Amino acid sequence: MSDIKKSGVSRRGLLKAGAVGGLVAATPSIFIKNAWAEEFRNNPENSGELKLGFNVPQSGPYADEGADELRAYKLAVKHLNGEGDGGMLNTFKPSMLTGNGVLGKKVTYSTGDTQTKSDAARASAKRMIEKDGVLMVTGGSSSGVAVAVQSLCQEQGIIFMAGLTHSNDTTGKDKRRYGFRHFFNAYMSGAALAPVLNKEYGSDRRAYHLTADYTWGWTQEESIKNSTEALGWETVNAVKTPVGAGDFSQYITPVLNSGADVLILNHYGKDMINSLSQAVQFGLRDKQVNGKNFEIVVPLFSRLMAQGAGDAIKGILGTTNWNWSLQDEGSKAFVQSFGAEYGAPPSMAAHTCYVQTLLYANACEMAGTFYPPEVIKQLEGFNFDGMGNGPTLYRAEDHQCFKDVLVVRGNDNPSSQFDLLKVVDVTPRAQVEYDWTIFGGELGPYEVKM
Amino acid sequence: MTNTKKPLLNDAFVVIIFAAAILAMPIWLDPIGGNYPDLLQKFAIYGIFAIGFNILFGLTGYLSFGHAAFLGVGSYAAVWSFKLLTMNVLPAVVFGVLFAGILAAIIGFLSLRRTGIYFSILTLAFAQMSYNLAYSVLTPITNGETGLQLARSDPRILDSLFSDGSVGAGLPSTDLFGETMSGYPGFYFCAVLLIICFYISLRIFRSPFGLMLKGIKSNQNRMKYTGLNTRPYMLTAFIISGMYAGLAGSLLAVTDPLAGAERMQWTASGEVVLMTILGGAGTLVGPMLGAGLIKYFENIFSSFDDNVLTQAFSFLPDSVVEFVVPVVGLFVGSGWHLTLGLLFMIIVIFLPGGLVEGFRRIVNYFRSGGKTKPQSVEAHNQAGE
Amino acid sequence: MDAIFIQILNGLDKGAAYALIALGLTLVFGTLGIVNFAHGALFMLGAFCAVTFQKLVTISVKVRDEGVTAFVAYKEQPYLETWFGDTGRIIIDYSVPLSILLAIPFMLLVGYVMERGLIKHFYKRPHAEQILVTFGLAIVIQEIIKAYFGANPIPQPAPEILAGSANVGAWVGLGNNLVYPWWRLIYLCFSGLIIFSVFAFLQFTTYGMVVRAGMRDRETVGLLGINIERRFTIVFAIAAVVAGVAGVMYTPILPPDYHLGMDFLVLSFVVVVVGGMGSLGGAVLAGFLLGIVQSFASMNEVKEIFPGIDQIILYLVAVVILLVLPRGLMGRAGVMDD
Repeated sequence: MSDIKKSGVSRRGLLKAGAVGGLVAATPSIFIKNAWAEEFRNNPENSGELKLGFNVPQSGPYADEGADELRAYKLAVKHLNGEGDGGMLNTFKPSMLTGNGVLGKKVTYSTGDTQTKSDAARASAKRMIEKDGVLMVTGGSSSGVAVAVQSLCQEQGIIFMAGLTHSNDTTGKDKRRYGFRHFFNAYMSGAALAPVLNKEYGSDRRAYHLTADYTWGWTQEESIKNSTEALGWETVNAVKTPVGAGDFSQYITPVLNSGADVLILNHYGKDMINSLSQAVQFGLRDKQVNGKNFEIVVPLFSRLMAQGAGDAIKGILGTTNWNWSLQDEGSKAFVQSFGAEYGAPPSMAAHTCYVQTLLYANACEMAGTFYPPEVIKQLEGFNFDGMGNGPTLYRAEDHQCFKDVLVVRGNDNPSSQFDLLKVVDVTPRAQVEYDWTIFGGELGPYEVKM
Repeated sequence: MTNTKKPLLNDAFVVIIFAAAILAMPIWLDPIGGNYPDLLQKFAIYGIFAIGFNILFGLTGYLSFGHAAFLGVGSYAAVWSFKLLTMNVLPAVVFGVLFAGILAAIIGFLSLRRTGIYFSILTLAFAQMSYNLAYSVLTPITNGETGLQLARSDPRILDSLFSDGSVGAGLPSTDLFGETMSGYPGFYFCAVLLIICFYISLRIFRSPFGLMLKGIKSNQNRMKYTGLNTRPYMLTAFIISGMYAGLAGSLLAVTDPLAGAERMQWTASGEVVLMTILGGAGTLVGPMLGAGLIKYFENIFSSFDDNVLTQAFSFLPDSVVEFVVPVVGLFVGSGWHLTLGLLFMIIVIFLPGGLVEGFRRIVNYFRSGGKTKPQSVEAHNQAGE
Repeated sequence: MDAIFIQILNGLDKGAAYALIALGLTLVFGTLGIVNFAHGALFMLGAFCAVTFQKLVTISVKVRDEGVTAFVAYKEQPYLETWFGDTGRIIIDYSVPLSILLAIPFMLLVGYVMERGLIKHFYKRPHAEQILVTFGLAIVIQEIIKAYFGANPIPQPAPEILAGSANVGAWVGLGNNLVYPWWRLIYLCFSGLIIFSVFAFLQFTTYGMVVRAGMRDRETVGLLGINIERRFTIVFAIAAVVAGVAGVMYTPILPPDYHLGMDFLVLSFVVVVVGGMGSLGGAVLAGFLLGIVQSFASMNEVKEIFPGIDQIILYLVAVVILLVLPRGLMGRAGVMDD
């Protein structure tokens, strides 16, 4: 695993097996080069360029989100290399990035397809690490993939900057020393939503959860349940639905007469689109229960995905990591350069991916080396601003970013095709912070035995 | 590789050529970008999977659409062996094969009561049930969507018996008596097993048992009329085939200790069917070729982005590059599925019988100086249903 | 009682969808002997007929939102609305049912071209090769759709007047608390109509009689001097149309994306086989049966006793039926069982 050990071990393995096949003389050259020339994996010292691995879903249900992530990455690479208008390089502070590459090296990249499957994502990450020689892997659009790739990166001694992943586990029980998440998580969604739900719907409500039956769904259900029950809401029922169920009618009809007056959809992607539009078709939003208007809440909202639900999202509350309509300097600069480049606003997935790339590059500059343990130390406890979410902290104990959380509502009267979500409230960072010990897990070592 | 199909060669020679070709993969795959440990491991592992599938499908014509269940069970068993017993890979492989064999015995016993498409759907249903349960309610055993992983706090009973049990600061890695099983050593481990599996499959094809299975394929009823009970033969073939899948699954865990539920999904079952038909069902090396081709597309073609293409076409004038890159880009990178789909169609339309049949035709064509027509397809590999 | 009644409705509705998809598949199975893995893709193509039609009728003047400078954000003002006022609005509102008018000729054409161009060369080829070629075709079709329409689902609203729910409870005297979406009720009726038409066509027309005869014994019919090949082309085209219109009508329930076909592929095969190979009635019966069973298995009361039962119920029922009845519910001997 480690290159130092690997050089010995794998050469020995090669020799043995080589003897069988009679190939000793032909030991592949790149392999030997890797083994001798570096004291950590994929050290870019001799190559003159820094290669990053962009591992995003290019096929499967999240392909559009993955495509948007890739656009953001390419933009980030441009800006790091001093091309284009610089985007958030101009607003990010404290920053040592000058648009002259990273530590004087030009930034290049390699891409891969996660297919939103753990196996495929790991295979793709391994190709980048073993074949293309990337020093950092980033991207992804689901928590399962993020956790799987993150643990691979820990074993390989490669830093992983997570893309869109919202499960508490990513920086909770499955956190890793080499993994970092800028995106918010289910706990924060719950904490940020609660005050707004209280204000809008009162403290005497009965909630019914429909939850996607896998780890992300469960952590979100738990977090939202905890924060709504703290408000005084009652949880009538929490029903798990199979992922990709398509038709949710058999899960929606029991809601009608359950006595609940709020439906909480712990779904994302296609499940969210289907369950939300079908729930609206069943007339849930026109219903009166317990003398109150029936309401639907989608705790994790994404503009890109919300498009698929059409008019059904109008008036629905949820949270989001970032939205292009924000008016701070960082967001404006990013939307400006992304819009000029691609003719459309970035999604929240694109935003988090762009920011992650810049953060990594800056940490290398601060460390003055690409040596991962030093870079990790720079990211841990890093305070920054100007990246669109206000003052942000990369918490050292669990590698989770802490920042303000946006509570949004589906826009009733959009002014354009992109104007789907309206920011209702910004829940300040202090209200969404939590004690890192509640989710367990351990980060693991800085030095990876290889 | 094509040589191995000539009847002139004796079996020992076939195996030696096969072994040399497999062990030399790091060399001859280097020019086409296939030489890195993970892909080489995948070639070998899915080769085993496809060869095993072919023992059932190629010989008996029974098309199982649920072989991914055995792959998945093999992986889970192996990872649990790493977690509970030891990081040594041998017990993991043994347990993987064993559990897959047991599951295959159960599923085979029930499914083999039916033939044709009814059999296919029964196996599919069993595999889908396994997948859906592994993804959701069996999460305590399978860790659901994320996949079963190692943890530092795992007991590893045997390891702690023979050493002080400390695993250092990070996660332990899988090993074979001290030899780490990731990277190239992992590939050679898989390659050796692949060669052994290939040899066993060859023996089965040539054995009276294999002939019996072929007899069942060509006419099950006639076999029955001779007073022979075909079920035990079928069940044996099914279990062997399931054990191959279990071995492949456990090797996936050996080279990368994580077992994900999607390994059991119908798409994974479908993949091995496609691999086998693509390469040539009923042939010895065909399934292996099909597996290699599909894995190559999945891992290499998907990585060709605009960046790579622009470099690849940099010898052309800029204006041409601007035109060529987006067009080619439709077929690679995020469009790699499209190329795969086209490839399936082209191969099956123009090369009935799969890749191996295609090679055979080419060889025949040159041998006969381009005069004789290739022999009819049906004679060789009737895939049946 | 209410809960059971509504789950029966859910089951019928689901079953209608399953039966419609399975109908075309089993028709092709039974008559042409083709294992068509591209059948799901035909369903998806139908759904995208609705998408295309909607895009056509909503071709718009783009009114730029001047507040956004970084990129061009605009609000759409469809030409049809500008030119024809309310008439235009109604056409747009009814785009889903109207798109059937596009779907029928388009799917006929697709079915015809597919059969003449590809499928007919595979009549005598092993089933495994039919699977490979049609699966390849399905991938190609869906990748083309993805390249053009993207991967995200595209919303297809039902007409305004049908968007809400009907007070079903009042109709059957179960009080006012039982509501069911109008569109789903329409889908149920629509699917009944299509199933009836296909049966009537096969049962009461000479044409259908020949096709049925061909299903039983192709060679003899051929010997009688009847051009069975040509009729099979028509059968394939009909199957494509049935899948296509089923896809169109399903879009308001499930916003379509490029992967829709694959999502239904396995399920439709299970339905066909549980119904029994070569039996249209069996496929329809199996569709409704599985739909209803699935709905009941998803009830909270059931899930409390058997956790996760709703995840596997379809397959569990399929296994039990196939083990008890060798040829599914209504399968005939000798069709695809060797």
